[in-house]
Amino acid sequence: MSDKVVAELQEPTPAVGDGGPDMIQLLTPEGQRVSHPDYDKYVADLTPEDLRSFYRDLVLIRRLDAEGYALQRQGELGLWPSLLGQEAAQVGSGRALRPHDFVFPTYREHGVGFVRGMDPQSSLQLFRGVSQGGWDPQENNFHLYTIVIGAQALHATGYAMGVRMDGNVGTGDPDRDTAVICYFGDGASSQGDVNEAFVYAASFDAPVVFFCQNNQWAISEPVEKQTRIPLFQRARGFGFPGVRVDGNDILATYAVTQHCLDEARNGNGPLLIEAYTYRMGAHTTADDPTKYRVSAEVEEWKFRDPILRLKTLLAHEGMADEAFFARVDEEADQFAAELREGCVTMETMAGETMWDHVYAEDHPVMEAERAAYLAYKASFEEAN
Amino acid sequence: MAGQLEKVTLGKSITNGLRKAMEADPKVVLIGEDIGKLGGVFRITEGLQKDFGEDRVIDSPLAESGIVGTAVGMALRGYRPVCEIQFDGFVYPAFDQIVSQVAKMHARALGAVKIPMVIRIPFGGGIGSPEHHSESPEAYFAHTAGLRVVACSNPEDAHWMIQQAVACDDPVIFFEPKRRYHDRAEYDTTATTAPRGLFEANVLREGTDVTLLGYGPVVKTMLESAAAAEAEGTSIEVIDLRSLSPLPIDTIVTSVRKTGRLVVVQEASSFLGMASEISAQVTEQCFYELEAPVVRVAGANIPYPPSRMEEEFLPDLDRILDGVDRALAY
Repeated sequence: MSDKVVAELQEPTPAVGDGGPDMIQLLTPEGQRVSHPDYDKYVADLTPEDLRSFYRDLVLIRRLDAEGYALQRQGELGLWPSLLGQEAAQVGSGRALRPHDFVFPTYREHGVGFVRGMDPQSSLQLFRGVSQGGWDPQENNFHLYTIVIGAQALHATGYAMGVRMDGNVGTGDPDRDTAVICYFGDGASSQGDVNEAFVYAASFDAPVVFFCQNNQWAISEPVEKQTRIPLFQRARGFGFPGVRVDGNDILATYAVTQHCLDEARNGNGPLLIEAYTYRMGAHTTADDPTKYRVSAEVEEWKFRDPILRLKTLLAHEGMADEAFFARVDEEADQFAAELREGCVTMETMAGETMWDHVYAEDHPVMEAERAAYLAYKASFEEAN
Repeated sequence: MAGQLEKVTLGKSITNGLRKAMEADPKVVLIGEDIGKLGGVFRITEGLQKDFGEDRVIDSPLAESGIVGTAVGMALRGYRPVCEIQFDGFVYPAFDQIVSQVAKMHARALGAVKIPMVIRIPFGGGIGSPEHHSESPEAYFAHTAGLRVVACSNPEDAHWMIQQAVACDDPVIFFEPKRRYHDRAEYDTTATTAPRGLFEANVLREGTDVTLLGYGPVVKTMLESAAAAEAEGTSIEVIDLRSLSPLPIDTIVTSVRKTGRLVVVQEASSFLGMASEISAQVTEQCFYELEAPVVRVAGANIPYPPSRMEEEFLPDLDRILDGVDRALAY
């Protein structure tokens, strides 16, 4: 090992909760706009209207999340993985995408799905137990949720290899050049598939942006269990750039993701973004974080709330007034009511459809089992 | 029209089949370890990278989950990937990708996406290799809904089955009998239609006393056994299963109803293997026609042994005939 590498490895790890000096930030937790020489240009064209729509997205997906949580508690959903606290990471990165870019989410990217134009009922049907996915990934270029941690990193990489094979990288035509974004968390960074994806993506110059939401916790395990060095630095070992962004800062997340997607589209992929954020809630509704983390930590992160800081900016800069904020809250109420209504009236598919899509082509076992099932069901009706 | 009869090895038949599949569809891409310049450790992809380029014959980094996982992504992008797993015992790092991702994607999307992928796996023993190079992992995959599983046993089938597997819109696990790669057979290499469907069994030899059923490398041994038995006056019907999932059960049942006896041969350990499932289904459907319990001639229920002991492990002519005798003893 060179002296330089050794010296860097000996650098003190940033304190818990502190993203350290490398973290890109454009909007402080206090709502102050700060300048960054490399990234200002990506937000320079944002109009007050754009910022207001960012705010609206943040509020709506926080509401979606709260509703998901409530629906689970009321027995309408089997499980709900909360995104509370990660709204800016998801909206900022999601809004940086172009329609023909392709997204590979985990099971927590309800916010990314929302800004991609997904029907919010889509993710509810999975957690309600009426489908194991159930949407067409090509409709919004938003793949199915992947629950096996990190498995989607290889799918994203392979898809990006296909994009490159199609010649849709580095042509200079914005309607053609395509990037792929792959979401995963700090826990997934330990998975073999994620590390294999890094290797493959680097070997094949794949136009993929790996977007790691480091929310500090993999269920009960702190990020220190996954890594000795800041996660964004892992990229260098694989031979591509990595950057840490304040994941609770929607402007910085938007800017950094724009930059990295452009790089990927121009043929300079892959890249890794570590969005430094915090899982304010439980891992899922089946988890109890009071068993493994102190409330002081959660309280500290409340001061870095992603929505509050944008609201402060909008208010201080005169870009939004009380009437606007009230309208967004009203829209969120309406949105939540529709979500709830859609969820509780969602129909369970008939039993005989279980065999319908196991195979794309005809399969004798599917036909035989479906027929046997229907005959069995019919036998009860005959008996009555 | 007279075809062109050629004597081709099983290995080259797969090469030629892959070439035809790649010529027929520009979306067909191959990915695996050492499959480019080297042509794979068994030379099955020899010459293909030179002719089709590095984008269509992709030398992968050494990570099997990566091979299958990136192939899923390529399939989602509209490609038809053919993965090569170098040896049977090396497929397990890709197990999650195959079982949880490849097999379930079409169902999870309610049919909105297809994963038309082939995963080629050279399988079985008999080549004197160190551990992990001689295994028969087919039951793991046959057990998994969403996958189709086939095994070829002879050059002409290899030539056609690989093309049919590539053309299939479902993921196909394609087992190749590695110790038969160098076996040769003469067939019409210019024929334009396959002699039979990919998921059909093939009655290779008709007989009246016992049905002998197997797939992959043991098929040749079964034919030799049947010839030896004939000399002693026993008439054996030999069936090459070819498709492990779906199981071409009708062909098996028809045969067993005729002979009343079934011996199933596999290199894999007997416990919960293909022979066990076949035995159960045949018992369900042929209970009154069976003259004897279904006999399984299989590998022992141990890890694959060191190669100097493998002859004691693998079903050979004598063990198959012993199984036939046991069936006839009832």
